[in-house]
Amino acid sequence: MYEFFTTTNLGITLLILGQVLLIVVPLLVALAFILWADRKVWAAVQQRKGPNVVGAFGLLQSFADFLKYVVKEIVVPAGADKFVFFLAPMLSLVLAMVAFSVVPFNEGWVLADINVAILFIFAVSSLEVYGVIMGGWASNSKYPFLGSLRSAAQMISYEVSIGLIIIGVILSTGSMNLTDIVNAQKGAGLLSWYWIPHFPMMILFLISAHAETNRPPFDLPEAESELVAGYQVEYSSTPFLLFMIGEYVAITLMTAMITLLFFGGWLSPIPGLPDGIGWMFLKMGFFWFIFMMTKAIVPRYRYDQLMRIGWKVFLPLSLAWVVLVAFFAQYGAFWGTYARWTVGG
Amino acid sequence: MSVAGFAFYVFALTVLAGGLFTVVSRNPVHSVLWLITAFIGATGLFVLLGAEFIAMLLMIVYVGAVAVLFLFVVMMLDVDFAELKAGMAQYMPIGLLVGVILLVELGMIFGTWATADGVEMMAAPVLGEVQNTEALGLLIYDDYLLLFQLAGLVLLVAMIGAIVLTMRHRRDIKRQNVVAQMQRDPKASIKMVDVKPGQGL
Repeated sequence: MYEFFTTTNLGITLLILGQVLLIVVPLLVALAFILWADRKVWAAVQQRKGPNVVGAFGLLQSFADFLKYVVKEIVVPAGADKFVFFLAPMLSLVLAMVAFSVVPFNEGWVLADINVAILFIFAVSSLEVYGVIMGGWASNSKYPFLGSLRSAAQMISYEVSIGLIIIGVILSTGSMNLTDIVNAQKGAGLLSWYWIPHFPMMILFLISAHAETNRPPFDLPEAESELVAGYQVEYSSTPFLLFMIGEYVAITLMTAMITLLFFGGWLSPIPGLPDGIGWMFLKMGFFWFIFMMTKAIVPRYRYDQLMRIGWKVFLPLSLAWVVLVAFFAQYGAFWGTYARWTVGG
Repeated sequence: MSVAGFAFYVFALTVLAGGLFTVVSRNPVHSVLWLITAFIGATGLFVLLGAEFIAMLLMIVYVGAVAVLFLFVVMMLDVDFAELKAGMAQYMPIGLLVGVILLVELGMIFGTWATADGVEMMAAPVLGEVQNTEALGLLIYDDYLLLFQLAGLVLLVAMIGAIVLTMRHRRDIKRQNVVAQMQRDPKASIKMVDVKPGQGL
């Protein structure tokens, strides 16, 4: 039996398929509850009750919404480019999911343990902009088009700083493998994680992650006060649902990235306690909570402010940090905190 | 056929189909989308060659940045197809000439194609101790540092040139002064006025 799954082509295919399902299904189920939690947190900040009718505490609200979306009519605007119109939401969901193939959830719990994992995630997340652009263009409508143009400019701007931030972490670790990056943070619990040596970049990454995923306060592509719903205006029913799930999966990926890069992934914060997948989920949940709270309490930025922060603040800061980290790592400053090549890589 | 062989044909066909449809598509946006498909196919081919670092860079730089900007520009162009088609007959001879020359050159190359013994073995990546990211880094920063820096300088010159060509400092618009905006305080901007009834300000 074991031989069948490790040696024959069919066996390997089945095994990988099983692993993919093992990642995708729990992710989607968890997403249903994250969506619910998002609305609950948002409601709590505004002193409302939020969804509380379907199931206990409204827990099953997302499933009811799902059913509602699926059975509604799909409206295609006249003059829309039909093929691209339907390709866009699928692309945005699939690309968001694909990145999870290299995310390690625990020591060795990863679908594809590749050397350039972090570059892969970066590449795939830079592709996510296509879902938005194609959706906005194919709708053949003004608001969606404006939304997609905004989104393209915004995502490209913040990708640059995210890339430079990641380089700092890579320099410290000496490897682009995510498992190595986490292992390099082993040691004295939460004190040895990268969030202390790379503290400014951790903050910058958190903010850039908001901008990269079009999340408030940077949700200019779908700012309802100016663009109705941006690139999603013409979408209804299941295609809209795909866009929304894609967006939430992308945010979940960003929480996973922050956890892996700066907060030690599955490592336990207190030296005595055992490491495990629970810590990973706990940390991801914590960062999801930050995303939810940001949505609730931070007012939306103006577009020129968004661009100014991206190009004139984040880019120079992260570029300078790369140079600084390179020096620290080379000369072993701060007791070798910045050069952990022997530990991880 | 091995899995790698199968993957090779899938990616190669993707590149070919992408390239073909880039040329024959009537809609320029579709052309760019097909071009992106071709890029992604090329990424797959690089991975098969064992050059995963270059593959990812191709994806990030070409698909993630260059093609997005391309799409950005093409989407905003208002292309008149009748006008495009009108010049067709005029440019046809030159296009044909270039095509024929390329075809003849390709024919000459493939006509004299010879393979040395043992080259087939080299087509597959050599799995060594050094990963290709590391190997590339060693080559660029140790052996060819000067050339690498010079290439960077060329790009820098190009960048400065582009900025100089396009930047105009307009004086007739109102600019944001972020520092001044942040230094504002209620005392300076709000004036309390005691308005008597029936008088107004």
